[in-house]
Amino acid sequence: MVIKCEQVWREVSDYLDGEVRPELRAAIEEHVRGCQRCTAVLEGTRNVVQLYGDERMMEVPLGFSRRLHQRLEGNMSRSRRTFLGWVIAGAASVFVAGGIEVARSSVFSGPSLRSEHARPSNGVPPDMMVIVAEDGKTFHVAGCPFIHDKARLRTIPAHQAEQEGYAPCVRCMKKYLDSTASTEPQSPERRNS
Amino acid sequence: MAAETGPLEHPAQQDYERQLIQRIRDGDHEAFYVLIRPYEKRVYAAALALLRNDADAEDCAQEAVLKAFKNIRQFRSEAKFSTWLIQIAINEARMRRRKQRTDLIEPIEKDQGEEETYAPREFADWREIPSETLERKEVREKLAEALSSIGQIYREVFVLRDMEQLSIEETANALGISTASVKTRLLRARLMLRDLLAPGLDGPWSRDLSFAKGVKPW
Repeated sequence: MVIKCEQVWREVSDYLDGEVRPELRAAIEEHVRGCQRCTAVLEGTRNVVQLYGDERMMEVPLGFSRRLHQRLEGNMSRSRRTFLGWVIAGAASVFVAGGIEVARSSVFSGPSLRSEHARPSNGVPPDMMVIVAEDGKTFHVAGCPFIHDKARLRTIPAHQAEQEGYAPCVRCMKKYLDSTASTEPQSPERRNS
Repeated sequence: MAAETGPLEHPAQQDYERQLIQRIRDGDHEAFYVLIRPYEKRVYAAALALLRNDADAEDCAQEAVLKAFKNIRQFRSEAKFSTWLIQIAINEARMRRRKQRTDLIEPIEKDQGEEETYAPREFADWREIPSETLERKEVREKLAEALSSIGQIYREVFVLRDMEQLSIEETANALGISTASVKTRLLRARLMLRDLLAPGLDGPWSRDLSFAKGVKPW
């Protein structure tokens, strides 16, 4: 199967998302090997996806989280006051007792639970074998189109990749985790390991 | 592993979120802070993609989170909380856009030529960009500038798919368009951004920040 540059340009997005059928995938790779322009298009598009997919591109203004939490807290307090007012005005004593119980459980008491969630894991099984490139920054599932330096690859367990400072590829790992959604889930504690 | 916010959501993460949601429904409001913490940046990014104004985006993100809190009982447990939350932010942002439509000036290419094949214009060789590049504020600002320069319909698809990491189907549902349109717009967005970035990102300006001296930054 021989394809032209225009077809590569049409398919480059689906190719990077792993959405092209095997014969077209092979034809694209064959074409790109011999075409400098399409190599530039493919590599550049891959860079775009990777750069913008990096969490550091999601910046929030200074103090964003604090202001958000303040607004939430104010809203929660208001709803609590409204609720208590309703209780005091018209409810029977049994409802009053229940209202106090609910109100007590809704009092904001510090950020301890939030810090508990400050380091959620990514859910990649520690023993899963993953691919890393010597100069790369991310670890991948075998065959991921976002593996750059294909000449210097190693296959190592995910926990070792993490120890060496590699981060999970948001593309192939997300796909992998989605595909294993029906398998036995890990506990939150294990995910934090 | 640093993953304070993460697009990777394991089924166990969803189970944990379902437990938090139940606690919130039972009156434990504090659990809501825990629930939204990993998604705060994503809510803001979605709002900013549509509104292109920091102050509007922040207000919109706050409003979206408040709505999520108030409507937490309507959340269906079989859905993904992150997608539901982002959807609320998008709806809020779209409503605001309708109100302020006259204030927004869209790039000329908006809605034009969506069905036409987009031909790349730049063929400069672009090697892999090290992720450390993103440590530099100038680079992040230039990337953000490039993103804000493409048409709205392309930007919102690109942000949801490539930054929020929603699937093609989730993106289509969030925007109320077909999956075919998502794919078409995504391809065009990626190629337009590549055209804007390719001539400069690994070129001279990136090494010595000389774009101020007249070197094309993109």
